[in-house]
Amino acid sequence: MSEKKQQVSRRQFLNYTLTGVGGFMAAGMLAPMVRFAIDPVLQTHARGEYKAVAEVDEITTEPQRFDWTIDQVDAWYESEVTKSAWVYKDEKDDIIALSPVCKHLGCVVSWEGSGDYPNEFFCPCHNGRYYKDGVNVPNTPPSAPLDVYEHRIEDGTLYLGNAKPRGEA
Amino acid sequence: MLQKIYDWIDERVDITPLWRDIADHEVPEHVNPAHHFSAFVYCFGGLTFFVTVIQILSGMFLTMYYVPDIENAWRSVYYLQTEVAHGQIVRGMHHWGASVVIVMLFLHTLRVFFQGAYKKPRELNWMVGVSIFFVMLALGLTGYLLPWDNKAYFATQVTLEIAEGVPYIGEMAKTLLSGDPEIVGAQTLTRFFAIHVFFLPAALFALMGAHFILIRKQGISGPL
Repeated sequence: MSEKKQQVSRRQFLNYTLTGVGGFMAAGMLAPMVRFAIDPVLQTHARGEYKAVAEVDEITTEPQRFDWTIDQVDAWYESEVTKSAWVYKDEKDDIIALSPVCKHLGCVVSWEGSGDYPNEFFCPCHNGRYYKDGVNVPNTPPSAPLDVYEHRIEDGTLYLGNAKPRGEA
Repeated sequence: MLQKIYDWIDERVDITPLWRDIADHEVPEHVNPAHHFSAFVYCFGGLTFFVTVIQILSGMFLTMYYVPDIENAWRSVYYLQTEVAHGQIVRGMHHWGASVVIVMLFLHTLRVFFQGAYKKPRELNWMVGVSIFFVMLALGLTGYLLPWDNKAYFATQVTLEIAEGVPYIGEMAKTLLSGDPEIVGAQTLTRFFAIHVFFLPAALFALMGAHFILIRKQGISGPL
């Protein structure tokens, strides 16, 4: 390139060296701490297991609420957590298990939770409504259908896994 | 780019004199190891500060996982040590740093003592420094209990006995520290945690501020 030699003054050289060494030390100090802090974001989460929830004969065409417990490991704290689902058989005799968590702001919905809206899921927090198939009623607060539990039937028993948003299910 | 951001701020707030006042000052020849190698003894104060910064940072990060509760303290420490990435390193920095900071503090004190740098008008700064030393010891002592393992528990038992040995107010001092006249337990742990992460660091920052303002005001003592 240019014939002229790039002159680095003594002061510049010392500045660069000190900044470099200082930066290296700061990085060496902060790297483990930052990795430590962001660990929850990077940890892989174990897939939820399927849990026995109900006998298939109990399930009718009318949504019923079933509760079951899972063992939850929350870092150093292990506990049993109750989960719920609204379960019914549709016209094709397929079992549908809907998550009761409202897609608006996470309240809990109930089947026919309001006398004013028969044959719908109702969320008491902001009058969110869903049709029987879990699809949100237009012009009510929720913006998406209720999540659907993955399910499996073995020996006449219904097992439920994770609740998944409708698009992915 | 950086220069532009700096200029933009400097144009409005005139920050150059601010940081010059803090960072830009002459280092006398007798404290510069480039001139006299023996001047490395002047580094111990700065090293103490450097380790203190590590302690503050690693401590801040540790509280992301630690809980000061007798049921969960040990388990949360065990979790962050075994399950969280680099947990051993971050806790290790805090653990070893706690000892290193005392060593550095001690070397710094020795240098000031043997050079007679504490003499008038710097006695006030010597007193501030001794206070910092005691605050550091207290930080080490309160932090020792927090993992809530056997060593921590029985060390604290001993500490409380020592506090009880103070004439007249001993028993009150012990109860004040442990939160209960008899039990070393739930209240002791929360108290030690609060003292360790809020009260003592606040005192430490105030004292360090005073220490640095004084040294800048009075300047480094002259050559021997």
